[in-house]
Order: sequence, then C-alpha cells, then structure tokens
Amino acid sequence: MTKYDAIVIGAGHNGLITSSYLAKAGKKVLVVDARSQAGGCASTKAFANGFHISDCAQWVHQLDDKIVKELSLEMHGLRLGKAKRTIALQAIGDHLTVDGDSLSGAGISAADKKAYKAFRSQMRAFAKLMLKLYRTRAPKMVDADWGDRMTLLSVGLGLKMMGRKNMQDMMRLVLINIYDVMNEHFEHDGLKAAVALDAITGTNMGPRSPNTVFTYIHRMVGEALGNRGVSQVMGGMGSLGGALLSAAKTQGVEVRLGEAVTRMIKTDDRVTGVELSSGDVVEATAVVSSADPTTTYRDLLGYRHIEAGQARRVEQYRTRSGTGKLHLALSGLPSFTGVSAEDHSQRLIIAPSMDTMETCLNPIKYRELTSQHVFDISIPSIEDPTLAPSGQHVLTALVHYVPYELKTGWDSHEGAREQLLESLLEQLEAYAPGVRDLIIASEVRVPEDFESSHGVTGGNWHHGELSIDQSLMMRPFPGSTQYTGSVEGLYLCGAGSHPGGSLMGLAGKNAAEEILKQGVLS
Amino acid sequence: MSAAERKTMLLTTPFHSRVEQYCELNDWGAWQGYTTPNSYFDVELEYFAIRSTAGVLDLSPMNKYRISGPDAQAFLNRLVTRDVSKIGVNRVGYAVWCNDAGELMDDGTIFHLAENDYRLCSYMRADEWLEWNALGFDVTINNESDDIAALAIQGPVSCTILTLIGCEGLNELKPFGIARFDFEGVEMMVSRTGFTGDLGYEVWIDPSKAEALWDQLFEKGRDYLIKPIGSHALHMARIEAGFLQAKVDFVPAEIAVRPGRTRTPLEMGLDWQVDFNKPLFNGRAALLKQKEEGLRYRFVLLDVEGNKPAEHSFILKNGKQIGIVTSAAWCPTAKSNLAFAQVEMPHGAVGDEFVAEIYYQRELQWTRLMAPCKVIDGPLFNPPRKRQTPAPAH
Repeated sequence: MTKYDAIVIGAGHNGLITSSYLAKAGKKVLVVDARSQAGGCASTKAFANGFHISDCAQWVHQLDDKIVKELSLEMHGLRLGKAKRTIALQAIGDHLTVDGDSLSGAGISAADKKAYKAFRSQMRAFAKLMLKLYRTRAPKMVDADWGDRMTLLSVGLGLKMMGRKNMQDMMRLVLINIYDVMNEHFEHDGLKAAVALDAITGTNMGPRSPNTVFTYIHRMVGEALGNRGVSQVMGGMGSLGGALLSAAKTQGVEVRLGEAVTRMIKTDDRVTGVELSSGDVVEATAVVSSADPTTTYRDLLGYRHIEAGQARRVEQYRTRSGTGKLHLALSGLPSFTGVSAEDHSQRLIIAPSMDTMETCLNPIKYRELTSQHVFDISIPSIEDPTLAPSGQHVLTALVHYVPYELKTGWDSHEGAREQLLESLLEQLEAYAPGVRDLIIASEVRVPEDFESSHGVTGGNWHHGELSIDQSLMMRPFPGSTQYTGSVEGLYLCGAGSHPGGSLMGLAGKNAAEEILKQGVLS
Repeated sequence: MSAAERKTMLLTTPFHSRVEQYCELNDWGAWQGYTTPNSYFDVELEYFAIRSTAGVLDLSPMNKYRISGPDAQAFLNRLVTRDVSKIGVNRVGYAVWCNDAGELMDDGTIFHLAENDYRLCSYMRADEWLEWNALGFDVTINNESDDIAALAIQGPVSCTILTLIGCEGLNELKPFGIARFDFEGVEMMVSRTGFTGDLGYEVWIDPSKAEALWDQLFEKGRDYLIKPIGSHALHMARIEAGFLQAKVDFVPAEIAVRPGRTRTPLEMGLDWQVDFNKPLFNGRAALLKQKEEGLRYRFVLLDVEGNKPAEHSFILKNGKQIGIVTSAAWCPTAKSNLAFAQVEMPHGAVGDEFVAEIYYQRELQWTRLMAPCKVIDGPLFNPPRKRQTPAPAH
C-alpha cells in the first residue's frame, strides 16, 4: 500500500495550496475531496440551460498575490476580472459610487469624502500591520518560542511605528462595533451602510455587534495583499479551483475527487490515515484537514478520539453564518434604476442604512425570516459572456441575513424557501423594475444548503465565525492553534485556522510552511 | 423542630432523623450541600470506634452517577487516568480524573455493577463535566445521588455486624468487591470499600429503607459497641491511612482561580493511577509532557516529631520555605504525628528531612514550634485485616 507523506482532506483553495507547497518541497501528497469539482467554495455550476453560476463564493478580494505568483496560477488559467467599483443603490435612484478611496454621487458631502479618505488610510495602515500576523502562524502568547517572539516583536514594533494616535485608535477600535465608528466618521447613511456591509459579510453579526471593526480590518487586508476591491473570476469561481488543481498536479500532487473521507484512522495516540467512501484506507505521516474544525474533529476524527476539553471547545465553536444567496438566470440584462448600462457590471449593493441592517439581523437571532434583506449583487455575465447564452445574463447576490436554522425548519416548513425567494425578488424589483419578467430560472441558497453542498458547517465560508475570540492566536480554539490538531499526526490548513477564509489562501500556505518547518514529514 | 422542618439552606440525608437523634453534641457541618455531623459525642471515641469496634458514617451526600450504555466503559476510560477495563464486574476501583491540561479535577470510586453499567462516586459535583465527556459516546449519565442512601460501616467488627443484619457470607467478599443482599424486600448492595484504611464496608440502599437499616445496625451492633462517627473522626482515620481528600489536599481544577494552584496526579503521588499505555484519556498529552519535563511539586507523607499536629504549617529546608502542609493529625493507633505536604521539587524523596513550622495556641498564647520531620514511604497504619479474606471474625 502506498504511504503518503501527507493526505490533505478537501480540494478547496486552501487544501490545494497546502498540497502544492508541500509537493513543491518534495513531499508525496494526496488530496481527497467528496465533490467532483476542485475548488471547494470556489465553484461553478451549470444552472438552467446554458447558464453558469458561481454557486458559493461570488467575489475574489483577498487572494494573496504572492501565492498567485509562486504557484503560477495565471499560467494555469486563472484570469481575474477588473477590480469593481461598489455602487450603493439608494432608493431615490441617485446612487453612491465607491471607487477605492473616492466617493461620488448621492449628494455625498465634501466632508464625507475627506473623512472617507482619512478613514481608509488609517484602516489600510491597520490592515498592513495585521498582514504581518497573517503571513505567518499566529504567535502563542504563553509558551511562545523564538519564532513567536520575533512575530510579536515585529507586530509590536509595527504598532509603535504607526504613531501614538494610530496606535491608540487601533487598540480602541479593534474590539468595538462598526456602527459607532461609522457615526464617528461620516454623515451619509448610505456610505455608513456600504462600509458596514463589508464588515458583516459572511458573519452572523450586525453593524452593532462588537468585533465588527476587526472584521472590517480583516477585509481590508485584501488590499494589503494586492487586491483592489472585489473582482470576479473569468469563467466563474470554479476556474480558480481549476487553476489551483492544475498547479497542484504540476507539482506532483495526486488528486482523488468524488471520494469522501469517511473517517480518520487513529492508531494508538496518533492519526495515521483516512478511510475513504470507497472503503480504501490510505496511510500518511500527516493528515492535513482543510475541512472546517467542526467537521474535522466531530465528524471525521470523532469526539471520542480527542480529549473532552477539546471536544467541548469544538462544540462551542461558533459556526453559524447569516448569509444566503440568490441565483437568477435572466433572459436579458436587468435595469437598475439610475445605473448606467455599463455600470451594471460593477458590484451593486442594497444596504439602505446600518439601522436597516441591524433590524434585519434581529429576527434571525430567533431563527425567523426577516422581511428586509441586504444585497451584494454581481451580474458576472456582462464582463464574462461565456457564463450565459448570448444576450442573456446571470445574477448572483449574497443576501444578508438568512437564518442558518429556521424555527420551523427549512425543509419541514413547506414553502419557506419560496417565501424567502418571493421576498427577495420583491425587494430587488424595487431597484430594478421588470427584473421578474426576465427570470428563466431562480434559486435561493440558505446557509444550510452550503453545509450540504459544500460541506461547511453552519454554511459559514470562514469555517467559523471570524470573531476575535476565534481569531489569530485563538483560531480556531486553544489547543488546536498554529495549524496543529490536538492529536499527533493531524494538522489543519483550512479557513478555520489562522488567518481565516474569503479565498485568501494564507491559511493553506502558512500551514504548509509550518508542517515543513516542524520537519515531521522527513 | 428538626432541620428538615426548619427548611435550612442545607439539605438533609435519608438518615437524618436517626443522625439527629444520635448527634449529642449538635455539632453540624456542611458536606456538599447537606448537613452532616462533624462529631456525634466525642471525636476521639468516635475515632476509636473505627479502629476497635465499628464506626458508622452517613455518606449519602457523596455524588453518585450512573453511567450505562454500550460505550460506558469506553467513556470512563477516556474520563479517568487509569485503565477501567481492569475493574471487573462486581468490583470497585479508585480513580482520578483530569482536565485536558492534566490538572487534577477530583478523585472517586468506580463501581462496576454489570457489563457496561457503572456507578461513579465523586467528591465534587460532576454533572457538567460528565455531560461534556459524553459527546461522541453512546452513554446515559444519570445523577442518582438522591436516589441512593449510603452508610459506611468501618472497623474490626463491621463484617460481624453486617452479617447479623443478613449479609450472610459477607466475610468471603474480597477488598473492593461488591455483594448484594436482601434487606426487607429491597436490594442492599455492600462493597468492601471505605475511607479509613481498615476492614470496612459501604452499604447502598433505597432511601425508603435508610432509617430501618440504621435501626437494625445499631440494634444488632449494640453489643459490639457500634458508634456513629462524624467527619472529624473520619479525618483522623483517613490521614492515618494515607488517603487524599479533594479540596483539602489539592484544589480541584474546576474551582481553582489562581494560576499555578492546581496539581497534576503525578505531583500528588498518584502516578500509579496514570496509565500511559492507554492511547487516550483527558490530560494524557499534558501529563506525558510533564513526565518528560519534570514535576514542579511532590506530595509527601511526613512523620513529624512531637505531638502537635502540623496543621497549615510551612515546611522549611535550611530555613527556606519549600512546602506547605495540607492535612495533619495526631494519629492515635499509629502513635504518630502525621502530615501530608506539597513540597517543591527536587525535595521530598523518602528519608528527606525538613522542619515543620507549627503554630499552636495555649490560653491565648501563640507558640511557634520548629518540629523536625521526615518523609516516610507509605502510611503507618496498614493492618492485615484490611486485606484478609475471609475477613477475620470478632
């Protein structure tokens, strides 16, 4: 039987990145994924006749430029679309456009324009500092080794170098909520909401939730990594998965798609391999899981095979997402009132005010549907006509907030999805009259759907709430930090490990580096 | 008016009506939320009942958890540090358990009642920890603390008295064995276990028969000078026998607040309880690491010169404090002044000599006594009758 240096569970972006870096270092690596398509949440699916949609992740905005270069992803077919402007749709039809640091439209004041530049500049400085932490394993505070101390020193020095004012601000802001910070800086409700949307995307938090400045800085790290706002992937998000797969294969990684890992094999006190759905048992020196921590520990390893305190931590790890999606196949280009034909290719958001957002969050706390939603819309077929038949279009939208669990149950409650779809279309219609008449096919995806289709617990693309108690040196939880599992032979490389998700790739890269540094595979 | 009628904050045990009647000194203390006597009539005489005749202790406040189901043994094996598979059916085993950091949480006994059917007796309430431990196991955990009344009958004539109330053939029961008898139509479980280091038994019965059991014991045991004993007498006996007490000799991890105050089983001299051959138990990784890197403390039994109990004493070596006493008593049968102490490594090897800084008061006057003491190997009281089967008749 072949024994591998490493088996990587999951061919998502982090799994493939870890595999590639390990293989690049000469290790014998096998990647296994239950899905037949590589890329994990970076996936494309056929939708209606001749349409293709990115059925999970919709935007790229944090992909590490360095990884793209080191793995020659462009050579392997990765093409990113142009960086998009954000057009924050206002009810009156005079919309706010956010292009990098500049604002226009919606009667935005000169004071807001100036304040926005200053705010972004400060956040960028914070993000750059954060990137220092993101590019390496998060240092332990207790039991820190020399590497950890160097990281801490470097971050401490970076903090100091930002100057007294910035340093004080960072310490103050990082734990508080974006709602208060927005009110400190800006006048325009639409602007505040547009920034707040970036802070809450993919989380189960509202603008008034503590910690939402941290999530905003997390998002800003994307810019420090070489992204300029959001982009689409040409050919659909699945093409990112395709490019990563091709890169991994070039490095000599063996890939088995369409085969699920059913469980990890534990021999004595260490993980020594995995069992596949085919019944095959594959052995390896290291099992590296890019599955989320809950799946890894609860479902694949099993609580009975870890210490009880660790099982308790897994069980208490917060994984619920409040983000769903709307998918539409359209017979023509919809017309959003006040948006030029050309600008329909940009990122369109519907987030009237922070209070609206917070109000939308309330019902989902009680596992109920909200009547109003916040939209983050993409019509990717404008920039990439291959996604739809000629003259026709696809529209995808990230929708906040959609409860992970419905009090009545998503499936037992007859028509819950239909009710949600109807409500979403009604809201969309207000901004794009006539859009309903163009619909050829439609679909709503609730967090539970992502759990079943993409295997992410809680439907959370960060593989666990990105709150500060579950971040950095505490990600996913104490006892499983720095990419090591709580059992020997087990490693984590997914979004559930530092620095988190959003198609960044750093978790995967850092994990590979850490495993190689530990020298366990040689 | 009885305590039960007064509705005090403390609960009463199923034996309370009798305990109250026998508690001549009216000296009550709290034990895990229950009111129990510190002493009944005279601490020394109660102690001597344990060593010379039979002492009866109401141990109903003990926490009792029924653990059953297909994974019961696997569950316990992950919970405690020892190998539970070595406790046969109808046998009892001492066990300790830790959190993931290897910090001692509690100690107790595991009763193997039937295949995959156990009772865990613990000092601390453990409901929450047991529930967390149950994740991933097919087990049912039932807190049956209030469903079972329990008495300890300890001392040389304990077997004789229990035989008189119907435990025919009890003398054949080996130490840590379990036997079942009929008592007025209900099952009475008897285990040869205890906390005194003597020949002794613990009796487990439905609370409805508690008072009848007490009455029979004291009626049949009268000629054998059976006496009720309180927690103070038990304290002397357990120190003499070398038994640890949670919350006295170590701080259970779940209630420790200050960093560094917890201890691992290795630091409590419980390494014989830790089976590293098991691939997994709570705290294993941390304890292995400690074993490699070295202990911080050692738990020792000290023979202290003189007759002043070294309670709460500092332990000095060359004038420098290297440890503290956690339990101490003048032990009449061993005729020794014993103390349990935690000392810093590398101190504490058998034969090491220290000084105990003892403070005591005589007519308002505090006196300091610097008593030489020595680390001894094992308890001084260890009578053959504790181990003999059949149990010797008296």
